[in-house]
Amino acid sequence: MSQSTPTTSRRSVFSRPRAEKGFTSWITTTDHKRIGIMYFFTVLVFFTLGGAESGVIRAQLAQAEMDLVTAEIYNQVFTMHGLTMVFLVVMPFGAAFFNYLIPLQIGARDVAFPRLNAFSYWMYLFGGIFLYSSFLLGGAPNGAWTGYAPLALDGVSNMAFYAIGLQLLGVSSLSAAVNFIVTILNMRAPGLTFMRMPMFIWMSLVTNFLLLFAMPIIAVALFMLQFDTVFGAQFFNPATGGDPILWQHLFWLFGHPEVYIMILPAMGIVSEILPVFSRKPLFGYAAVAFAGAAIGFIGFGVWAHHMFTSAIGPVARSAFALSTMFIAVPTGIKIFNWVFTMWGGKLRFTTPMLFSIGFVSMFTIGGLSGVTHAVVPHNAQQHDTYYVVAHFHYVLFGGALFALIAGVYYWFPKVTGRLMSEKLGRVHFWTWLLGFNLTFGPMHMSGLLGQPRRTAVLPAELGGTVELYNLLSSLGVVVLAVSALVFLFNLIASIRAGAASGPDPWDARTIEWLSESPPKHYNFAEIPVVSHRDEFWHRKYAEDAAGQPVAVPAGGSEDHVTAEAAAHGEGDHDGHHIHMPDPSYWPLVMCLGFFPVAYGLLGPTPWLIGLGVVWVIIGFFGWIIEPVAEGDDDDPIVEDPAAPRSGVAAH
Amino acid sequence: MSTTETHDPAQAAGGHVDHHPGPREYVRIAIILAILTALEVSTYFVDFGALAIPLLVVLMGIKFVMVAGFFMHLRFDTKLYGRLLYGGLFGAIGLYAITLIVMSFDGAPRV
Amino acid sequence: MTAGVHETTLGLDHRKLGMWVFLGSEFLFFGAFVSAYILYLDTTAGGPGVEIFDIPFTSISSFVLLMSSLTMVLAHNAHTRRDMRRMRMWILATAGQGAVFLGGQIFEFTVFYKEGLNLTQSPFASGFFVLTGFHGLHVFVGILLLLSLYSLTLTGKVKPDQDLKTEMIGLYWHFVDIIWVIIFTVVYLIPDLLMEA
Repeated sequence: MSQSTPTTSRRSVFSRPRAEKGFTSWITTTDHKRIGIMYFFTVLVFFTLGGAESGVIRAQLAQAEMDLVTAEIYNQVFTMHGLTMVFLVVMPFGAAFFNYLIPLQIGARDVAFPRLNAFSYWMYLFGGIFLYSSFLLGGAPNGAWTGYAPLALDGVSNMAFYAIGLQLLGVSSLSAAVNFIVTILNMRAPGLTFMRMPMFIWMSLVTNFLLLFAMPIIAVALFMLQFDTVFGAQFFNPATGGDPILWQHLFWLFGHPEVYIMILPAMGIVSEILPVFSRKPLFGYAAVAFAGAAIGFIGFGVWAHHMFTSAIGPVARSAFALSTMFIAVPTGIKIFNWVFTMWGGKLRFTTPMLFSIGFVSMFTIGGLSGVTHAVVPHNAQQHDTYYVVAHFHYVLFGGALFALIAGVYYWFPKVTGRLMSEKLGRVHFWTWLLGFNLTFGPMHMSGLLGQPRRTAVLPAELGGTVELYNLLSSLGVVVLAVSALVFLFNLIASIRAGAASGPDPWDARTIEWLSESPPKHYNFAEIPVVSHRDEFWHRKYAEDAAGQPVAVPAGGSEDHVTAEAAAHGEGDHDGHHIHMPDPSYWPLVMCLGFFPVAYGLLGPTPWLIGLGVVWVIIGFFGWIIEPVAEGDDDDPIVEDPAAPRSGVAAH
Repeated sequence: MSTTETHDPAQAAGGHVDHHPGPREYVRIAIILAILTALEVSTYFVDFGALAIPLLVVLMGIKFVMVAGFFMHLRFDTKLYGRLLYGGLFGAIGLYAITLIVMSFDGAPRV
Repeated sequence: MTAGVHETTLGLDHRKLGMWVFLGSEFLFFGAFVSAYILYLDTTAGGPGVEIFDIPFTSISSFVLLMSSLTMVLAHNAHTRRDMRRMRMWILATAGQGAVFLGGQIFEFTVFYKEGLNLTQSPFASGFFVLTGFHGLHVFVGILLLLSLYSLTLTGKVKPDQDLKTEMIGLYWHFVDIIWVIIFTVVYLIPDLLMEA
């Protein structure tokens, strides 16, 4: 459409990196697929750490009155377990899928802001490293992931690390949210209207709006906490009239949307997988989409149900109990739609399908125990018991994690061009399901029998039944650990030597399978033009008179990227020039500057903060000054009457 | 680089930018803003009684809408931008109003 | 990856859309601080309260910030007319007014400190300093953006036909200004009236 700035021949500090292979190419990448892969492997590392922490917790609670670890260590471990699984595993696991899939599913070549995307990844990684470095620097935060004041204000709970670490992760999530919202709104392939978007894209859009509006709230809460702990401000200090309840409100104003931030991507993944393996379109597409949007809206209006036993009055309790019961409605709609998608379908019980069905069933159990929390008197009874622990593990582990793993099995061929072993996959699924229920099922009972959360020792006075339940839970973790090793083995073995998958191993429905597996750097040689929901399916099948799908002869559909067509698309010079974003050092350089800022804020150490700020500003300038070889960022924007509208009819 | 078509007919119809006001209008708006600010500050010196606070809120709203509408070009730009801005504004007002109401008027009975 | 606006789905520029998306979320940020401030209006722990405000002084600095929005929009207007000399002049004027505002805030803070209002004094003090401090930080970032825009037009990195860059910084700047429009009323004027009543 316009002239592209020629690549400068002289290399300088500001020249864009050129490596396409090796370490440098990964740390400078702006390719959404590579960033998605980096998210995934980082998640695996943190999942291992978080899993190890849960092992410590369950070992300590395997029997009554154990003293395997001190109460101090126990508190650090359960706090870090929660923080890790929420902020360093489930959320970025969703982000890994956003990164990899959003551009592919909407027919784009990358996200709207590729360098910002890299920035989000590095902030996530460094935020995680910063949080974990606390173990070496005087102990990890130990005031629980909810960080309730006034305990969190006390130096003994090390919550400065929590306040600053989560702040870094919040910056990562917020910038990613802006990026994905713009990508989905503004970069869809021609013809891809809202009501034709794959359901995963719908759920991603809702999730990212939730992130957009929830992250600033926790940012404020964390700033207040940090000012209180580090600079002696008085936001939550009751001694001068500060109100700890303010923390609870702000935390849960963020915290409840956060729940949906974690579950909606999972719902999107399942809504993609179930239709494929049922050989039927998603039942009630519009209902599922709008139920997701409704969950997003109502999700902001239920926060105080976390505070029923806290300082809120009877009117607020009733109102929030009602809104909480109300949010079960769209969730229920979704569950019915998934069931009806499978109803009468030609089911294929592959590993991704098994995990998806596991998601629907386990999430339903977790959802039902969630509804019991909405009943205020019941809530008062079960507050801070293991019943709550059972509930949120059923929705986050049985729910989100099952679906995310289903997504890994389902899109693994897309990412690698290979299949994961079905046999090992089945072993993984059944042991995972067994271990999961063995671990968290008994917690319902032990919780109702009165076992409190967050206590370092299981009191013997609770009796033999509770002890038995705890032993079962601890055994369940052993099963889960074995199961996780099976998964890891399957993953690594399949990456190395999995059977070739071909471009469409599952007979899929959405357009990410139009590209090759693994996709080329530029995703699509030709941007597909979308004319249907489940576009890829409609290119493969027509309906006969009886409404039964009939395969369209090969080559019968237009602009289908065949292997040959893409073969001479090697490199960027296949007749038409594809502009792709250049790699860049600057997101990494800029993010590194946040380390001195973060550690400086702990003390506070002014010179360290100053160093970090200068570093970040230098990184920022490098970012805006570096040349744009392919003329993307610096194209004159045709939005201006005086500028020549050079290519109005480019298409 | 994508060959996506423009879907918004209003945008495709070409330069919405033409309707942007010129420097003269901007100065005029700034003068109105200045007068409104003077009116706001006058509540400090003159006693408006019970009217003062509603007046301040209304003036604040007018100033907000004028800056957003003219200086940020919301009046001349796509509606989506306005929806994002006012969506965030009213979302924030709603959430925090409920929070403050609950905290101030519906706390748990203290023993 | 940013293409011409006619090639995007909505016909909008990615960067401008991204800026608006971000600005929408900023209300949740400032809203939380304003709520905490309102909640703690009377929680002064025996220290100074809202009576410490110097309304005439703050009015002047608020007025300066408001007028900086005018120079900002004039800078953008000059940029769209490819008049880079005027554009640079207005950009400097905007940054200068921002600096005056920031200087006024620093002066105000030091006066308050001398009069016994400091961050650790009371929830009211914490709420006030952190809210206005974060707004000041936004102004500071805005000044940095304006100055870099100024220098990048000198080096030719920002070209006369790239008025979108000025427009985006302008959006941010106006946003910081309308946040202050709210803060000036809600934090200074109304509490002061309530004080007298």
